[in-house]
Amino acid sequence: MGDRSVADRLKDFGEVDNGLSPEEAIEEASRCLQCKKPACVDGCPVNIDIPAFVAFIAKGEFLKAAESIRQQNLLPAICGRVCPQETQCEALCILGKKDTPIRIGQLERFAADQERAKGLTVPARKTATGKRVAVIGSGPAGIVAAGELAKDGHDVILYESLHAPGGVLTYGIPSFRLPKDVVKAEIDLILAMGVDLRLNHLVGRTVSHQELEGYDAILLGTGAGLPYFMGIPGENLSGVYSANEFLTRINLMHAERFPEFDTPVARMSRVVVVGGGNVAMDAARTARRMGAKVTLVYRRREEDLPARAAEVHHAQEEGIEFITCANPVRILGDQAVTGIECIRMHMCNLDESGRPVPEPIDNDTFTLDCDVVIQAIGQGPNPVLVSQIPDLDKGKAGNVVTGEDGRTSHPKIFAAGDVTTGAATVIMAMGGAKQAARSISEMLGSR
Amino acid sequence: MYIIEKSLKLSENVYEIWVNAPHVTRNAKAGQFVIIRTDENGERIPLTISKISGDLVRIIFMAVGKTTHALAAVPAGGAISDIAGPLGCPSEVKKFGTCVLVGGGVGIASTPVIAQALKEAGNRVIGILGARNADFLILEDEMAEICDKLLIATDDGSKGHHGFAADLLKQVIAEEKVDAVWIIGPTIMMKVTSNVTREPKIKTFVSLNPIMVDGTGMCGSCRCVVDGKTKFACVDGPEFDAHQVDFDNLMQRQRYYMEHEKEALAQWKEHQCSCGGQH
Ligand SMILES: Cc1cc2nc3c(=O)[nH]c(=O)nc-3n(C[C@H](O)[C@H](O)[C@H](O)COP(=O)(O)OP(=O)(O)OC[C@H]3O[C@@H](n4cnc5c(N)ncnc54)[C@H](O)[C@@H]3O)c2cc1C
Ligand SMILES: Cc1cc2nc3c(=O)[nH]c(=O)nc-3n(C[C@H](O)[C@H](O)[C@H](O)COP(=O)(O)OP(=O)(O)OC[C@H]3O[C@@H](n4cnc5c(N)ncnc54)[C@H](O)[C@@H]3O)c2cc1C
Ligand code: SF4
Ligand code: FES
Repeated sequence: MGDRSVADRLKDFGEVDNGLSPEEAIEEASRCLQCKKPACVDGCPVNIDIPAFVAFIAKGEFLKAAESIRQQNLLPAICGRVCPQETQCEALCILGKKDTPIRIGQLERFAADQERAKGLTVPARKTATGKRVAVIGSGPAGIVAAGELAKDGHDVILYESLHAPGGVLTYGIPSFRLPKDVVKAEIDLILAMGVDLRLNHLVGRTVSHQELEGYDAILLGTGAGLPYFMGIPGENLSGVYSANEFLTRINLMHAERFPEFDTPVARMSRVVVVGGGNVAMDAARTARRMGAKVTLVYRRREEDLPARAAEVHHAQEEGIEFITCANPVRILGDQAVTGIECIRMHMCNLDESGRPVPEPIDNDTFTLDCDVVIQAIGQGPNPVLVSQIPDLDKGKAGNVVTGEDGRTSHPKIFAAGDVTTGAATVIMAMGGAKQAARSISEMLGSR
Repeated sequence: MYIIEKSLKLSENVYEIWVNAPHVTRNAKAGQFVIIRTDENGERIPLTISKISGDLVRIIFMAVGKTTHALAAVPAGGAISDIAGPLGCPSEVKKFGTCVLVGGGVGIASTPVIAQALKEAGNRVIGILGARNADFLILEDEMAEICDKLLIATDDGSKGHHGFAADLLKQVIAEEKVDAVWIIGPTIMMKVTSNVTREPKIKTFVSLNPIMVDGTGMCGSCRCVVDGKTKFACVDGPEFDAHQVDFDNLMQRQRYYMEHEKEALAQWKEHQCSCGGQH
């Protein structure tokens, strides 16, 4: 069914990609070779049995397809929309060698949407173990861990500091890519397994880290919510946002519907977004929907943009101007932002990974007029809780160090998701959470 | 939903509410704050914890814009949709010797818990309360009970010293050795008053009130410049060394949504009228 037209989608925050129709899904699924050794599965961080679910779709058995996915993936409608399939399963699909790979992500989304329309069934739980596990943070890592731990029969208390669960799925990723009712339905299903969700609890303050010791096990899924700033002059002027703040005001607080909703966001006519990842694309496309003319400034070349190709394409279609090989050096303004000064970057030298090293070209600067600057240059592990826990090994970036099994240096504490890896992906967080939940159940003697 | 057990008006535009929030009261300490949301469409606004009693948190606030007006309109027994906390770092409470707490306007709300904690840590505590006029003075009795000495200033001279709290602070410093000072009030008042202790180099804390969203260190809305460095007031503060704070930057950031705020309040008031204040 394809994407909505640009003119149409810039009018609202509705989903851009319409997904597949049943006919299209069956046709696409029928192309699958049903490989004996399916390479696609190796590319999936949670090992979904891809040929199996695709075969069900080819036969028109959509709910069976969804059931099959759900064995490995508790959030299929979310993953089907936001996973970077093009670098994971689809990158390894054998058909990709000669032709186009199976659109596995679209099929996953299709199956999940069909299932949701029919009403989701709550997964069964094992007999109660009487063990209490605290899961901290309700992003994909925390949600999935809570679901797995509940399945294993533990009492799960899920703490979330905000007033709504979901982490980045709720406050970060815009609804034009991930509608909030999709997120809500998948989270509600996990909560329906008896998970005790406590909103408005910032662990480390509301619950002390000493109190956590009272649980049989603890899973940290606090994410990478700490926004980085560039440290350039003018950065604290009004009108300079971190992508997190800008996206939170809109996704979580609905500032786009001010004053019907109380939270304001700047009225913007010209916006400069700094960065080139998914977060930068989301911020730029959101600003576009707020009516602004948007320019994205990225320090490397266009081919180096770390965002998903599809999102870069969507952004370009929507009229976002890209200035590559340039980096801001100063934000201009007196009371509020009036512009941004950038320097051109020279891109010849390659580093060990073969990526060009951006270096500023002396005195080659230019200025862009703008009233809002959004910095989307990355974020690090949220330090509030982890900085308080003694004897928790941390890496250079402040990330919690874990083994393959999700264990930290503290015997009762496990961790998963962005707090361990730094900003990564939804599916990586989910994979880590499943593993950590398995380790917790092993420790608690119920596996 | 969290129930507001009590709600009263303290003076023109200043209200006191007691919210039932055991999760907040369990670990709350002096100097921390909460973030509340009145309803599903509401904004997240930070308010200082002014006292704890059992499961109840006392909050004292001035009705300035839409959210605080709406909060004032919630009757006792009514509810708000969210209260998160305690947030922020507690005040640095230890034995300093003689401490002075200066509260200005609704900023006085924050002073009793800190005064109490300092007292319990063995300090001599002097309170200075400043208000526009006698009618705007809040918590006088409560502070008088906790403090070893309490001084009052009003802008119009309707009570106590005719002038600013800063004058009284100057006076106290001239009379005795002061080891630490807290100044809590409107930003401009904190800026001016903290100049009094700059020269004599007295350790001075101010509680900053930048615009916040999450209050958990995730958005950066609350960033303040302290000692030339960017700090997040919600997790690094809200209290900072007064002599290191860039107050002008703070005031500039506080003003950013002024147009929006006016609009929201006007719309809210209009809506209030159309349903006879029964909303
Ligand atoms: C704008 C944006 C777009 C993205 N786009 C994509 C994409 O297209 N595809 C993709 O795969 N990935 C994408 N990502 C990355 C992906 O969202 C993250 O990797 C993923 O959400 C990490 O999950 P998590 O559970 O570890 O953390 P989070 O989603 O960050 O969740 C952490 C949760 O913990 C809570 N929390 C933190 N500290 C505490 C505490 N002390 N007490 C209680 N609660 C706490 C937070 O409020 C939050 O809800 C994007 C990220 C952003 C910001
Ligand atoms: C840590 C902290 C503690 C505070 N404690 C108290 C208190 O105990 N009593 C009290 O009366 N006030 C307190 N404030 C200020 C209070 O948060 C604002 O008055 C309130 O947000 C105004 O909301 P409004 O919608 O009614 O007004 P608006 O019309 O939206 O705003 C009026 C003014 O309030 C400030 N403000 C607006 N939105 C926010 C926001 N989301 N976060 C912070 N400030 C904002 C701005 O300076 C603005 O100009 C505190 C602020 C902070 C940061
Ligand atoms: S690799 Fe491609 S063709 Fe083979 S099973 Fe997987 S999706 Fe089907
Ligand atoms: S309010 Fe968001 S970081 Fe402080």
